[in-house]
Amino acid sequence: MRERITRMLIKEFIQILRDPRMRTVIFVMPLVQTLVFGYAVTTDVTDIPTALFDLDNSRASRELAAQFSGSGYFDVVAYIDREEAARHLLDRGAVKAVLRMNKGFGDALRAGRTAPLQVIVDGTDSNTAAIVLNYAGQIAGRFSEAVLQTRVVRATGEPATPARVIVETRAWFNENLESRNFYVPGVIVLIVTLVTLMLSSMAVVREKEIGTIEQIMVTPISQAEFILGKTLPFALIGFADVALVTVMAAYWFDVPVRGSLLLLIGATTLYLMSTLGIGLLISTISRTQQQAMMSAFFFYFPAMLLSGFVFPIANMPEGVQWLTYLNPLRYFLVIIRGIFLKGVGPELLWPQMAALLILGTVTLWVASKRFQKTSI
Amino acid sequence: MLSDPESYAVVVRDLEKRFGSFVAVNRISLQVKAGEIFGFLGPNGAGKSTTIRMLCGLLTPTAGTGTVAGFDIRQQAERIKAHIGYMSQKFSLYDDLTVEENIDFYSGIYRIPDGKKAARKEWVIQMAGLVQHRTSRTAVLSGGWKQRLALGCAILHEPPIIFLDEPTSGVDPISRRSFWDLIYTLAGEGVTVFVTTHYMEEAEYCDRLGLVYRGELIAAGSPDELKTHFMQDDIVEVLCEQPQEALSVLGTVAGVKEVALFGKGLHVVVERQAADVIGAIQSRLAERNFAVSRAERIVPSLEDVFVSLIEARDRQEQPQAEVAG
Repeated sequence: MRERITRMLIKEFIQILRDPRMRTVIFVMPLVQTLVFGYAVTTDVTDIPTALFDLDNSRASRELAAQFSGSGYFDVVAYIDREEAARHLLDRGAVKAVLRMNKGFGDALRAGRTAPLQVIVDGTDSNTAAIVLNYAGQIAGRFSEAVLQTRVVRATGEPATPARVIVETRAWFNENLESRNFYVPGVIVLIVTLVTLMLSSMAVVREKEIGTIEQIMVTPISQAEFILGKTLPFALIGFADVALVTVMAAYWFDVPVRGSLLLLIGATTLYLMSTLGIGLLISTISRTQQQAMMSAFFFYFPAMLLSGFVFPIANMPEGVQWLTYLNPLRYFLVIIRGIFLKGVGPELLWPQMAALLILGTVTLWVASKRFQKTSI
Repeated sequence: MLSDPESYAVVVRDLEKRFGSFVAVNRISLQVKAGEIFGFLGPNGAGKSTTIRMLCGLLTPTAGTGTVAGFDIRQQAERIKAHIGYMSQKFSLYDDLTVEENIDFYSGIYRIPDGKKAARKEWVIQMAGLVQHRTSRTAVLSGGWKQRLALGCAILHEPPIIFLDEPTSGVDPISRRSFWDLIYTLAGEGVTVFVTTHYMEEAEYCDRLGLVYRGELIAAGSPDELKTHFMQDDIVEVLCEQPQEALSVLGTVAGVKEVALFGKGLHVVVERQAADVIGAIQSRLAERNFAVSRAERIVPSLEDVFVSLIEARDRQEQPQAEVAG
């Protein structure tokens, strides 16, 4: 048993490492994806290109505008004086927001009347637009309060001390709310899934297509030995990729790793059972490598979208939420984020680990049932 | 008939394989003695590979029974695999591995004892003539080398029976010759060789032959038996000028059943009972001014036998087909 599996392992590694395309998939792709998610993919909204449409040009209007540009969220890139100009800039996408103050803005404030500030946002990306409006509301609120204070001081000679609620926020686990800390650990899940799924789905069908499988099937190698020989090498590569991304996350991106690395290895083992089982199943069913590749992606994309990697599962329609219980990515993501950011252990993560064990056992069992040394 | 199963390496009865409604192998029965070179002869698509794949445990038969090396082909396919070597029609070692890596791989899969590994590896490398190419990738080797390396890897574990599926297709004549020398050497050591081919001259090298046509075994026997027992007609070899034109002239001579170009001359199939058919042929050719240098009865070649058997089979089936259609 050991000798045959060792031989299969050596052979698979020689073949994979000799193929430049495979080397790229295994080593370069994880690096690139981690860098992309670490640097480029961010849902933090800052430096919103903004046009200032100030028809009043009073002290008050200039002060409010300065509050906006000083906040760090808004970057005033254009000063306009006609409505068509605002439309034009938004159409072109040159600005995402327009701040408009009409003539009489400053006079109204001085006279103690309500003064409107119009904020026009580009609502194409609804998420960003909502965040922009939220920022604008906060800035305007602070400004109003300052105006009020000035009036009270001027009238009474003392600052106002009204009773009110102050919101003091604390974000746990990801204190600065950096989207990098949320996405980079998730990349581990993406990478491990993609690499092991691709390698294992090619594993058997490639030999079928070239014809080399016939020569092995006519040897006395057992079905279990063959299946282990066709999954273990990819499991090892999966572990290598987990290590690679973890090191990059911790030392390059300063993503916290608060939990146990041993738990990470254990959870990865459980998770790999599922991806390798699915890959092997695809490989035994497919007739050509192209077919296997298509099937692998057909699984990968919906599984990724329905994993909670980007879109929270709680926001999905109920039927879809039920479907995600069959998705191994979902559980692994919870475990990975739990280990990295929360530092929680098996006492809290056991349901997810149990789910992975069940899914992994079932997929591997089905795949090995499908694979027969003698064809019918 | 099976009084002494020990002496038979392969025994099959009514072996059948259907793919949907297509009958690839139709109730083939045959026996191969231990130590024999058995040739499985037939045109492409006759069912040779399908039969061999069922014998090697790669394919489950639809019906029929059989044993290989004493093991049942349905129940004990995995046990058979330890006792046979198989070389498929298509080169099926790893192109991206080197010669030595391929040998090491199969040597591990067959679990050759550690003490013997090095010797077996050397044997394969010497036998295949790959001493200079130990570390070359198999992809760059020529056809003859690949074929001998494939054979070497298939018999690393010294199996008593080897199955070769068209081993010499796409190989140059010299390599083909030396490959057959190798097969003879193995047979001399007591190995049973089951080989498929569609080359007639290769068939002559075999101890016994089975002729397959459209999934059926239409004749079996030694090459000499086939030539003498299975021919209902005689073959007259005619050497003359312009054989192509002569061909059309001879078709109408009484007693002549078939005329075909064969090498530089013609092979004329004549009825055995026909009186002085040679005289009739000669006079017909003289009438039409063809200079004849030779016209004699000859021992038929295997090709003659095969063609005549196939035609007999086709004639037999045609009326049936017409009734059925």
